[in-house]
Amino acid sequence: MIFDLHGFGPALLAGTLMTIQLALASLALGLVLGLLGALAKTSPLKPLQWLGGTYSTLVRGVPELLWVLLIYFGTVGLMRSLADLLGMESLELSAFAAGTIALGLCFGAYATEVFRGAILAIPKGHREAGLALGLSAPRIFWRLILPQMWRIALPGLGNLFMILMKDTALVSVIGLEELMRRSQIAVTASKEPFTFYMVAALIYLGLTVVAMIGLHFLERRASRGFVRSAA
Amino acid sequence: MNWDVIVQYLPRLLDGAVLTLQLVAISVLLGLILALPMGIARASQNLYLRALPYAYIFFFRGTPLLVQLFLVYYGMAQFDVVRQSALWPYLRDPYWCAIITMTLHTAAYIAEIIRGAIQAVPPGEVEAARALGMSRTQTLLHVTLPRAIRIGLPAYSNEVILMLKASALASTITLVELTGAARTIIARTYLPVEFFFAAGVIYLIIAFVLVQGFKLLERWLRVDACQGR
Repeated sequence: MIFDLHGFGPALLAGTLMTIQLALASLALGLVLGLLGALAKTSPLKPLQWLGGTYSTLVRGVPELLWVLLIYFGTVGLMRSLADLLGMESLELSAFAAGTIALGLCFGAYATEVFRGAILAIPKGHREAGLALGLSAPRIFWRLILPQMWRIALPGLGNLFMILMKDTALVSVIGLEELMRRSQIAVTASKEPFTFYMVAALIYLGLTVVAMIGLHFLERRASRGFVRSAA
Repeated sequence: MNWDVIVQYLPRLLDGAVLTLQLVAISVLLGLILALPMGIARASQNLYLRALPYAYIFFFRGTPLLVQLFLVYYGMAQFDVVRQSALWPYLRDPYWCAIITMTLHTAAYIAEIIRGAIQAVPPGEVEAARALGMSRTQTLLHVTLPRAIRIGLPAYSNEVILMLKASALASTITLVELTGAARTIIARTYLPVEFFFAAGVIYLIIAFVLVQGFKLLERWLRVDACQGR
């Protein structure tokens, strides 16, 4: 090992695991929000269109860090009144929950646009064919549109996931013990900031590479049966 | 919502916004200058020329900006060579650290935008310029780059907005830009919702103005007239 980790190796590893957990949890929430946002934006109902549009514009225009801070520190009062309402002693959002909500919210706003593009790319005839066969609207979406959307949305979602993974570092600001926070703790003890931040950077780089490889296989799986244009 | 307090502290938030704008403007301009040779190298036919900037771009796009900021602001102090060098007064200053890091960070993204734009220039136009007897340099300066600028401009404006949001991270290395100002005020007033909300609205306004500005620039450069549609 080129880097002397002063025995902080296991701590950094635990931090990496936390980073991965946070990224996956935010991804799950973000995908749901993104799908809902895209459905709202492509729905024929004006208020729903407006809602979806406002969500994606508002969230995308404000820094991710601000969302993390706002959701963590801003909900203290809200949670307190909720605890009073439920008659509980105290209720507060953990750093993990706040981070997941904030990052999921941001991922969802960008994913809304990706999913919307994918929905619009499905030929209209497919939906009409579904209607002609007497399928209900939810069934058309679930069985016809969604399976085809994946293939189109996947590259965009992959890029977003890579951004999301790097954004997990922001949650260290509210004290969640993920990779970045663990590195900070190691730096305080060892007084070797460059070493530990470099190791953290390399771990993030490794995670990005793993995500890229995973995405490559997912994309290959999703485009089974489609001819690739000759490269 | 406590509006009076927001109004009372608004000048301090706006001071922060000015610093935010400064950080963004300097870093996206310096980043563009830095990215230009890298983007041209990335679009080159020569494999070695192409591979060289890739390592740089891979590192800066693959790691979080927060880590990069900490590497420059806290990390550099680990080396005595740096602390004794003439650059230390700058590397000690969070302002310059933020500018340096954000510039290096955005340059990696802009280089890829430039590469994509150069590769999207129709080959026929480049071949026509070469057939008219223009040298490689002349072709690059008079045909490829002016065309690539117009193709890459929308992506560049996206990058500027992303940097506007990324500049919030400068608050983690003690700079009092917009987010930093909001956090300082909150530490005094204990009103997180009000001031994060106010800061968010200011970010939205800045982003909106920037988007409109780029729309004007696109019209001035007659971007859609060059799409060949």
